[in-house]
Amino acid sequence: MLTVENVQAYYDTAHILDGTSLEVATGEVLGLLGRNGMGKTTLVRTIAGVTPPRQADGTITWQGEDITHLESYEIARRGIGYVPQGRRVFGSLSVVENLDVIARPPAHDMGEAWSVERVFEFFPRLEERKTSLARTLSGGEQQMLAIGRALMINPSLLLMDEPSEGLAPIILGIIRDTLLSLKGSGLSILLVEQNLGLALALADRLLLMSEHGKIVWEGTPDELKADQMAMSTHLGV
Amino acid sequence: MTEAAVEAEHVVVDSVVRDRIRVLIITLAIAIPLIAWTLTQMSTLAFFTQILNGLSFGALLFFLASGFTMIFGLMRIANLAHGGFYLMGGYVGITTTLVTGQFWLGLLAGGLVISCLGLFVERILLRRIRGMEKPEVLLTIGLTFVIGDFSLAVWGGDPRQIEKPEYLKGAFQIGDSFFYPKYRLFVLALAILLGSFLFYIDRKTKIGAIVRAGVDDRETVAAMGINIKAVFTGAFIFGAFIAGMSGVIGAGFLSLLPGEDFVILLFALVVVIIGGLGSLEGAALGAVVVGLIDAFAKALVPELSFFTLFAPMAIILMVRPNGLLGRAS
Repeated sequence: MLTVENVQAYYDTAHILDGTSLEVATGEVLGLLGRNGMGKTTLVRTIAGVTPPRQADGTITWQGEDITHLESYEIARRGIGYVPQGRRVFGSLSVVENLDVIARPPAHDMGEAWSVERVFEFFPRLEERKTSLARTLSGGEQQMLAIGRALMINPSLLLMDEPSEGLAPIILGIIRDTLLSLKGSGLSILLVEQNLGLALALADRLLLMSEHGKIVWEGTPDELKADQMAMSTHLGV
Repeated sequence: MTEAAVEAEHVVVDSVVRDRIRVLIITLAIAIPLIAWTLTQMSTLAFFTQILNGLSFGALLFFLASGFTMIFGLMRIANLAHGGFYLMGGYVGITTTLVTGQFWLGLLAGGLVISCLGLFVERILLRRIRGMEKPEVLLTIGLTFVIGDFSLAVWGGDPRQIEKPEYLKGAFQIGDSFFYPKYRLFVLALAILLGSFLFYIDRKTKIGAIVRAGVDDRETVAAMGINIKAVFTGAFIFGAFIAGMSGVIGAGFLSLLPGEDFVILLFALVVVIIGGLGSLEGAALGAVVVGLIDAFAKALVPELSFFTLFAPMAIILMVRPNGLLGRAS
């Protein structure tokens, strides 16, 4: 459903991604793990179109269409939802406004469309805070809002950049259950994580990323648990 | 977790409220002695006349500042051509009214012609240098010169005023002995109308929410499927429309002449800096403050009129670098 081929990305002169390739299949949760600074966030931002790849030989294909050089809003409108690192909710908007402001009918026929009410069923906590300004929410609530907001565009694929970052274990549990239930509904997810636990619980398949975005290991969660060598070399655990 | 979250929210809300209260107290602490002193210097009637003078000039400044601050908040562009938009819009309005005999048509034409100019500036010129601060500043200030010289060539260098409709001429009588120009009251009413409209759009509509979200985080708005560039263009055209219209309004009680573009731009800049860049409430508050300061300073200490404009700004910036209602970014 999503294919990333040989993508190059730079920040000023730093070569962040040097020929990264991966593929997400329909209905799959793909976990992307790796230490800080390996280029995980850059890869997600590149797919979302926020940092476009500079070189012509890199290609990102979505449902058969080349989306490499589309603008980020066009990519979102094709059904790729984005939960950015650090949540980035709209602080001066209320919870309801954060969801309403980007609501858009589904790009494809996909069964029940997302609505504010349905997001609230998923995250009852958000309904309690619906008129609060997003900047007054706790970190966990902001994460719920960031996920709910991404769902409002009715995505077929969700890009998630470190949803576990800075969350208390209880909140992390709620987020994990939510993501499991989204996975159960058939949503594809590309999950970028440093938190091994969340990735192991959710992913069908895992990739380990090393310097310059090189994918150095691929396997199932069980295989990773058995591979102490890969864990210590690439994750430091 | 719930309790902690509720507590955290209280702290944030409290700090916002406390902040606003602090602004209010400081403002009152400065304003009350000033007002008391002013009242010893002039009659009550003259005092109220100056209040209305200040508010009506502030109303004009609000028209300009609201567009300027919206464009800045959303696009991070300080559109220094805003003064040029004002001047040329005013001239277009004067000519249209001269030709058609309709004041309202002049108002509309001033706004429309300048919004077309705004479309050209945003789409053709600014888009090429998006995000480059120095070129943006140079381009918009250069445009002011071009627009100013163009206006000089077309409309000449003599001070011009617009022909007002009969019902806006003369003075309005309040009580037995208080007279005040109808036109300035009309400007004040128009500002209240436009202000309410803008606040409604900003707070209650989807496009308002998109603009506020864009001010918060442009990149993320775009990544959520919103064509932010189209929003930029719309905001720029709208800001240009108000600026052009405000030139026509200004031509009814101030004179339009070469150089007025920079004078009014300076006032608008002080308004948004005092109020807080990117904030609509800030533009309203700043416009009232600057309008009143200007009116009273011109009446009481006319020789210090630029000092009295910039000294309060310097003091406010020392205490609150982001302006009265600006948010720390």
